[in-house]
Amino acid sequence: MKARVHVMLKNGVLDPQGEAVRHALGAMGFDQVEGVRQGKVIDLELADGATEADVTQMCEKLLANTVIERYEIELV
Amino acid sequence: MRAAVIVFPGSNCDRDLAVAFEQAGFQVDMVWHKDAALPEGVDIVGVPGGFSYGDYLRCGAIAAQSPICKAVIDHTERGGYAVGICNGFQILTETGILPGALLRNAGLKYICKTVGLKVQTSDSAFTQGYNAGDEIGVPIAHHDGNYFADDATLSTLRDQDRIAFTYTENPNGSVGDIAGILSENRRVLGMMPHPERAADQGHGGTDGTALFRALSGVLAPA
Repeated sequence: MKARVHVMLKNGVLDPQGEAVRHALGAMGFDQVEGVRQGKVIDLELADGATEADVTQMCEKLLANTVIERYEIELV
Repeated sequence: MRAAVIVFPGSNCDRDLAVAFEQAGFQVDMVWHKDAALPEGVDIVGVPGGFSYGDYLRCGAIAAQSPICKAVIDHTERGGYAVGICNGFQILTETGILPGALLRNAGLKYICKTVGLKVQTSDSAFTQGYNAGDEIGVPIAHHDGNYFADDATLSTLRDQDRIAFTYTENPNGSVGDIAGILSENRRVLGMMPHPERAADQGHGGTDGTALFRALSGVLAPA
């Protein structure tokens, strides 16, 4: 089984890297971009028997810092 | 008086922190991150600056899961003293010992320079060598020093007088200009600036000396 974890800064937490990307896109003439948020994608290769609950534990304990980040788990 | 300085792969201020402790009269043990226990009789743990585990995933995230950090958490839960500087502050927030988190600097650049700090409280073992309102010069050297905490946490920090230092000119976007905070029992300090780099005439400034001297005053055997 594989799991894909998306980690994003929570709404309301300043994302200076996303802002820099937005500025760059604007400078390139992509005027249609109103906001950019940059996050991380983490792919996990899991042994048989692993559950989504296991991945949730991994997110809570290490993969995301829930003070500033939220995460979504996608099982593939 | 004994201090333990934790050494992670990628720590680079461990020696400087040990020297600052020694100059204030502490006997210092360097403790490797794979050790599961602190030496007997340690009065204060120093978590030094650097780039533990290459700052992979998030600054301090992997260090916070190392065996020694469990011992550091136990030490602080028993009421033991600890100070985390720069990467050490990031590690203490990742362990949950201190609230909040350190984000990428608002200007996206790594900043290395001496900045002005305002001492916000003299009510702690770390800051009682200063007067509240004092301005001191201490170097910063970080890419991820932008302190963030939600509004509820910030008002708790303010209500409990737990903001130790603020920047006189905010270099990194930290909420409330916060440069360093205290734990609820005031025995754990986390700060981004480096007082151990302002603790010797050769450093170009000695404004950090009072922090280590005050600690030795509190922790010296009666």
